[in-house]
Amino acid sequence: MRTVLRWFAERLELEDSVLAVLRHPVPAALERRIGWWYVFGSATLGVFLVQIATGVGLAMTYVPAPNSAYDTLQFISHDATLGGVVRGIHYWGAGAMVVLVLIHMSQVFLFGAYKYPREINWLSGSVLLLATLAMAFTGQLLRWDQDAFWAIVVAAEQAARAPILGDWLAKLVIAGQNVGGATLTRFYATHVFLIPAAMFGLLGLHLYLVVKRGISEPPEPGDRVHPSTYRERYAQLLRRGIPFYPDAAYRDAIVAFAAVVIVTVLALVVGAPELGKPADPTVVVADPKPDWYFLGYFSLLALIPRQAESVVIIGLPTFAVLYLFALPILFPAGERHWSRRPAAIAVVAIPFVAYAALTLAAYTPTWVPVLAADARVPDAVTRTLSEDERRGAQLFVGKSCFACHRIEGAGGRRGPDLSDVGARIPRDRIVQRILTGGGGAMPAYGGSMSPRDLEDLVAFLETRTGR
Amino acid sequence: MMDRRRLLSRVTIALSGGIAALVGVPIVGYLLAPLVRPLPVDYVDVGSADAFHTGETTLVKFRDPSPLPWAGQLAETALWVRRRGETGDDAFQVFSVHCTHLGCPVNWRAEAGIFLCPCHGGVFYADGTVAGGPPERPLFERAWKIDGGRLLVKAQPLPTVQTKGS
Repeated sequence: MRTVLRWFAERLELEDSVLAVLRHPVPAALERRIGWWYVFGSATLGVFLVQIATGVGLAMTYVPAPNSAYDTLQFISHDATLGGVVRGIHYWGAGAMVVLVLIHMSQVFLFGAYKYPREINWLSGSVLLLATLAMAFTGQLLRWDQDAFWAIVVAAEQAARAPILGDWLAKLVIAGQNVGGATLTRFYATHVFLIPAAMFGLLGLHLYLVVKRGISEPPEPGDRVHPSTYRERYAQLLRRGIPFYPDAAYRDAIVAFAAVVIVTVLALVVGAPELGKPADPTVVVADPKPDWYFLGYFSLLALIPRQAESVVIIGLPTFAVLYLFALPILFPAGERHWSRRPAAIAVVAIPFVAYAALTLAAYTPTWVPVLAADARVPDAVTRTLSEDERRGAQLFVGKSCFACHRIEGAGGRRGPDLSDVGARIPRDRIVQRILTGGGGAMPAYGGSMSPRDLEDLVAFLETRTGR
Repeated sequence: MMDRRRLLSRVTIALSGGIAALVGVPIVGYLLAPLVRPLPVDYVDVGSADAFHTGETTLVKFRDPSPLPWAGQLAETALWVRRRGETGDDAFQVFSVHCTHLGCPVNWRAEAGIFLCPCHGGVFYADGTVAGGPPERPLFERAWKIDGGRLLVKAQPLPTVQTKGS
C-alpha cells in the first residue's frame, strides 16, 4: 500500500505541490492555546464542502421549474431514501456557514490580521461573506413555497429603493416584469452555478494568499505593523516556525469535524423546516418569514421609523459593505492587538448584540397582526358579559381590533394591551380613539362604524378593568 | 516601432478580449432582454363587471397576460377590486395585492373595512389610503375600463416604490 502511495506521490509530484503547501511554515505561536482562534476559516471551508456535496445530491432530484420545484422538494424531504437527512444537512449547513464565516471574520478583524500585507485576503474574504449570504438567501427561495414567493417580492421591493438603478435592480431580481416562470430558473442558476463559481475563484485566491502571505502571527500589545519592515520580521518569525500540517492543522480538523457533526446531528434530530403552502400569487393569506439568520433584518424593517426606511434598507448594507472594503485600505498599518483597539471591539460587539436582540424580537413580533380566521376573544372573558357587551366582543374581533390588541393574553401586540383599558382610560377618550384612530398605526373607524356598533364595542371595552 | 514581442503580447490580449466579447455580448443580451421586454397587452380581462357588487371589495384572480409555458401556478395573479357605484369613472377601484411598504400581500377585512398587511402591520382604508403602520403611500391602483360589460384592468409590472401615480 505504502509503495503504491509512494508511486503516485512521485508521479504526481505531490512533494513539491500539495505536501509543500500543507507543510508550509506558520508562526510557532500557533502551537499555544491562542492557535484555537485560527480554526474558523477551515471550519467554514469544511462546511462549504459539505454544502457542495449535499447540494449536488439535492440537484439530482430537484426540478427548478415553478410547476415542479415544490413537489420534488416534498419528494426529497419525505419519500427519497435519506433525502430528508441530505436536505437537513444542507439547511443547517447554510446556517453554520453564515455563523462560521462571521466568527472567522470577527477573529481576523480583532486580531488585526487584515492589515499589511494581507489586505487582499480580507477583501476576498469580504466578498466571500457576501456570497455566503447570497447563497443562503437564494437557497431559501428554491423551496418555492409561499414564504419563498413573498420573499422574492420583498427582495424586489427593497432593490427598487436603490437610487437611479432601483427599477432595473427590481426587474433583475424577478427576471422580468413580474415574478413568473423565469424567476425560479434564474435563482436556481444563480444558486448552483453563478455564486458557487465565484466562490471557487475567490476561495482559490483566498487560500493562495493565506499560504503565500502566511498566517498572521498572534498579535502582541504594542507590536505595531510597519509595512516597510513587516515582511522581513515575518520571514524571521517563520524561520522558527512550525509546519502547518500537522502541527496546526489538527486543530482545524477537530473544529471542522465538530462543526460537521453538529450540522449532521441537527439534520437528524431537528431536520429541515417543513415547506409551507406552495407558491401561489393568488393566495393573499400569507405570513412570510425568512430563515433564522435573516430574522434580525426582518425585525429591523418593521421597527425602523418610516422616514428612515429607505436610508436603512439601502444605506445600511451599502455602508457595511463599504466599511468592509475600505477597512484594510484605510488602516493597513499600526496596532493589531484588540486590547489597544477598543473601537474595534465595539465594531464587532455592538452589531452582534443588536442583531441578536432583533433576532429575538422576531420570535415574538409585536408588529405582526393576528389574522387567523378562527381568532376570538377568550371564553373566560365573554362568559360573564351581557348580550350587548358580548356583541361588542364579537365586533372587537370583526373590526380587527383583536389583530393588534391583546385581551387577557390573546390577540395581537402591535397596539397596547387592552385587558385593563376600562380602568385606565375614560369612556370619552376610548370613543375618540376608535373614531379618529392615531398613534401612527391605528385606523380611524369614524367612517365605517355605526352608532350601535360603537356603543357595544365601548361597552365591551369598559368591562376590561384588569380585575 | 513596436517590437515583435510586444506586438504578439497585444495580439494575444486582444484576441482573448475578442473571445470574451463574442460570447459575453449575446449572453448579457439574452439575460437582460426579459427586463426590457414590454408586457404583451395593455388591458387584461378580469371578469364580468356585473359580478362585482357595489360596496364590496373582492379578490379577483386571473391569468397573467404572457405566462411562460412552465410557469405553473405563477401564471395566475390577483387584484383587489372595489366597486363604488354602478356607473361612472369612479365606479371601480382596482388595487394591487402588494403592500406599498415591502410588497407583502394585503388582506381585505370586510367587516372592519380595512386592508391589513401580515408582514409589518400596514393598514389601508377601503379606498386604499394609508390608515396606519409603516406604508408611506396608498395601495397601488390600476387603471381600468369597461368594454362589452367586461372589466378590463391595465397590465402592469410588479409595482414598487418606483411605480408612478396612484
